[in-house]
Amino acid sequence: MSELSVNHLLGIKYLQKEDVELIFKTADHFKEVINRPIKKVPSLQDITIANLFFENSTRTRLSFELAEKRLSADVVNFSAASSSVKKGETLIDTVNNILSMKVDMVVMRHPNPGAGIFLSRHVNSSIINAGDGAHEHPTQALLDSYSIRERLGEVAGKKVVIVGDILHSRVALSNIFALKLQGAEVKVCGPKTLLPKHIESLGVTVETDLTKALQWCDVANMLRVQNERMDISYFPSTREYAQQFQLNKKKLEQLDREIVIMHPGPINRGVELTSDVADAENAIILDQVQNGVAVRMAVIYLLASGISR
Amino acid sequence: MGQKILLNAVEIDVILHRLACQLIEKHTDFKNTVLIGIQPRGVFFADRIIKVLKEEYHVKDLDYGRLDITFYRDDFRRGEKPLAANKTKIDFIVEDKKVVFIDDVLYTGRSIRAALTAVQSFGRPAEIELLSFIDRRFSRHLPIQPDYNGRQVDAINEEKVIVNWKENDGEDVVYLVSK
Repeated sequence: MSELSVNHLLGIKYLQKEDVELIFKTADHFKEVINRPIKKVPSLQDITIANLFFENSTRTRLSFELAEKRLSADVVNFSAASSSVKKGETLIDTVNNILSMKVDMVVMRHPNPGAGIFLSRHVNSSIINAGDGAHEHPTQALLDSYSIRERLGEVAGKKVVIVGDILHSRVALSNIFALKLQGAEVKVCGPKTLLPKHIESLGVTVETDLTKALQWCDVANMLRVQNERMDISYFPSTREYAQQFQLNKKKLEQLDREIVIMHPGPINRGVELTSDVADAENAIILDQVQNGVAVRMAVIYLLASGISR
Repeated sequence: MGQKILLNAVEIDVILHRLACQLIEKHTDFKNTVLIGIQPRGVFFADRIIKVLKEEYHVKDLDYGRLDITFYRDDFRRGEKPLAANKTKIDFIVEDKKVVFIDDVLYTGRSIRAALTAVQSFGRPAEIELLSFIDRRFSRHLPIQPDYNGRQVDAINEEKVIVNWKENDGEDVVYLVSK
């Protein structure tokens, strides 16, 4: 397969296994590019990309912007805080206004689930979903799988536990789709209040005891406790959450083998992860960040190939 | 579709030795020289030249890399499918080095134009030369000429020159294929 089966990256749900393989193969080349003395290629020099962030983001936006600039695309940034959205403009109007300035591709983060899908039906541009509410965050899931593949050789057959706030997490949902697509086994672990009902229907198993989940897994992906999305109390206190679901040295030492530790960032040190674990050799958190740029370059490059001249 | 043999294995071997000698004549001990095979097909030719230099002429300490030019090509978004890349492996800095590009067929010159840009990501070379195995001399789109050349071929655009190498294709032979 030499091209993607989709014109947009709206979610992992819409991808085929071959798409993921093509993205990873392309990302391998870009990873080599971003480790050169000069980390830039001219492929997208006639493409303009708008980064539309209707929700706060630092690292995803930075990672996308770096990926775009290393492909030599022109980049315009837009954040909801300083825009006409506050004056009552609709999403389609906002995006069409930007597209009429001859923008070829849109990278969008939006608080509403399905915003990217909605937009892709109404505007004539390639859309990359950089996170839509608690729905999907496809590039994060791709870079997570890519990092597992890099560390362990392949994703198929690996046992991955996703720990923490599964209920509010778009990273968890996209990761479940991506890992299952590639043939990994997935378990989710967290307080019952933060595990969605019927999550088993996605083909994952559920565990509420972190120690048991860790004994089972090859990889532990520790999610951030998203206090900003919690409108009610899902657990009594952060201290109690940490007592049960924090990954610390003591829990790791109880295991009979080494596991790979991941975190999508930003880390709440001392809550989901202790500092010694976050900085350990088998924590690949900073590899994830570097791979994020390479994977996003691959996605943008492959989607841009389909934009007509 | 017809095809005829332009060069057979014996002729290819003679040319490889001649090109190796020409490189030695110019670069002597290759102390400040790096050889770079252009992906994808140029690397097979480069591997053979390196083999001859090392085994037949006992050249030691050769710096040799492989350069992929996909992301530097000028036809991105002009075909139906995305351009698929190959591996680049250059473990050295080319700053102030004499670089020799090695490619199997020099046709329009566009690949070499892309390679000239791509190699700058690894530093500013002192000079760049081009070694091509087949030079389709009347088909150039750009003012690019080889410094070392295996065989000049006068092929029309509808014809294709195919270079096969023993290691990859099972035989050493150059075909001229007409559609």
